[in-house]
Amino acid sequence: MSQSIVAQLFAEEWPKLVATLVRELGDVDLAEDAAQQAFIEAADKWKPDNTPDRPGAWLMTTARRRAIDVIRRNADLRRKLESMEADARLTSHINGATSGWFAAGTPGPSDDTGHQLVDDQLALIFGCCHPSLNTEAQVALTLRQVCGLSTRQIASAFLTPEATMAKRLVRAKTKIREAAVPFTVPEADQLEERLESVLAVVYLIYTEGHAAADAASLIRGDLCDEARWLADLMANLLPDQPEALSLSALLDLSDARRPARVDAEGHLVLLADQDRSLWDAELIARGRQRLAAAERFDPLAGTYRLQAAIALAHAEAASEAETDWAQIVSYYDMLYTLEPSAVVALNRAAAVSKAKGPDAGLATLDALDDSATNGLGNYRYYHAARADMLRQLQRWNEAEAAYRRALDLTTNQSEHEFLSDRIEHCRQQR
Amino acid sequence: MRYMLLLYSADGAGPAPGTPEHAAEMQEWFAYTQQLEEAGALLGGEPLHGIDTATTVQVREGKTLSTDGPFAETKETLGGFYMIDVDNIDQATEWAAKIPLAPYGSVEVRPVMELG
Repeated sequence: MSQSIVAQLFAEEWPKLVATLVRELGDVDLAEDAAQQAFIEAADKWKPDNTPDRPGAWLMTTARRRAIDVIRRNADLRRKLESMEADARLTSHINGATSGWFAAGTPGPSDDTGHQLVDDQLALIFGCCHPSLNTEAQVALTLRQVCGLSTRQIASAFLTPEATMAKRLVRAKTKIREAAVPFTVPEADQLEERLESVLAVVYLIYTEGHAAADAASLIRGDLCDEARWLADLMANLLPDQPEALSLSALLDLSDARRPARVDAEGHLVLLADQDRSLWDAELIARGRQRLAAAERFDPLAGTYRLQAAIALAHAEAASEAETDWAQIVSYYDMLYTLEPSAVVALNRAAAVSKAKGPDAGLATLDALDDSATNGLGNYRYYHAARADMLRQLQRWNEAEAAYRRALDLTTNQSEHEFLSDRIEHCRQQR
Repeated sequence: MRYMLLLYSADGAGPAPGTPEHAAEMQEWFAYTQQLEEAGALLGGEPLHGIDTATTVQVREGKTLSTDGPFAETKETLGGFYMIDVDNIDQATEWAAKIPLAPYGSVEVRPVMELG
């Protein structure tokens, strides 16, 4: 019973706890250990009929005590001296704040104003995604520190040996300490630039969960959940940053389709064939709201905003046929001017094919292939999209060849099965 | 926190000596160094002669080997350094970005190991 209360609290309280402790202690490892200790104690001590009135405050106080224990126990003199300042800060927090841990209404240390808590959490996220760290380290640190995933969980989500992930985290923390990477909220003039790298990390976690290129299963839902949770957190912490709101909208709207994306046998189901009644209406509603909130700001659309608008156009269509493809093509046009990547060009061509027919789509794709937009030849979705247009035009031989190239490039089991089926279909038609 | 800013650039990447651009850049270097000094961040810094003047020394099995040239052949070579004292990596990289060589070379920011 108490286990489940603690489990429930974990998602909500962990990032706040770590964020505050990192600021107070200036030591990521120590903050993490202390937070973990507090949760272990909570699981141990709390009884269903006797839980603290303010569990967040209880956890914070306990974590601070454990941190002080560690600091005091630490035999390394130099480290001890360095920690004295933090120790003094912590002691004053505890002395000033608590008499009994379970005392109702005690102004506990986590009664730091809401503003301070927002700053602490932002500082933690911005620190984990600091540009002086490489992307892999940013992702791992964010999942560990902000989401509270264990090293083992992160390793398995990324199909990496646990030892490799542990080494990556240690290396990142060493750099944070030795190069003095600050865990602070960036100055206003730096905020947008720094926010970009945070949002990129969240987006990357989502796409990793969603595409799972190397996995047997198509969607690793746990990473999608973490990414959506992070995006939601950023949108709540920075409600006047349109791209933060937009990313949250995008992930909600995309993830709403998750239940329909894979069938009961684990096979990939394309957007066109999905049972739209399975889409998560609640997530779509939240995504729509978030996108509307983002649209209240500047008229210049960002990349997440446009992608969210595209996702919303799909979410609002009753069927593929009733989708406003012309509108979607125009979003892709805008997106391509902001981000002229091969992937965007490919998606745009696919939308053109729906809006104006497969021959128009094919012409768009072939124009791309000639121009130097590149890397598309090794991109499985390019060949799959092309194959699909050829199939619709009943050019079976060419379609089969294109599906085959896509098949050669995929490492994903359910995509593999899907493409094999399509090849078989082309063969029968020939 | 002390940081070493190591200044690298490719041969001939900056303005050529004797040109007005070079003279203008010299003024920027002086101004930059002065800014560092006024901010109380400057611990030291010097430009170095080119790699043509470098000698690499190694002791192997008790024998001293001196070779003409730099240790490693790379496109960008070390041309100077600053040692600064600031609060954190953000401030260090901010100073690094202001170095006149940054638009055409690279500045490696390395935290100094504090001993004892």
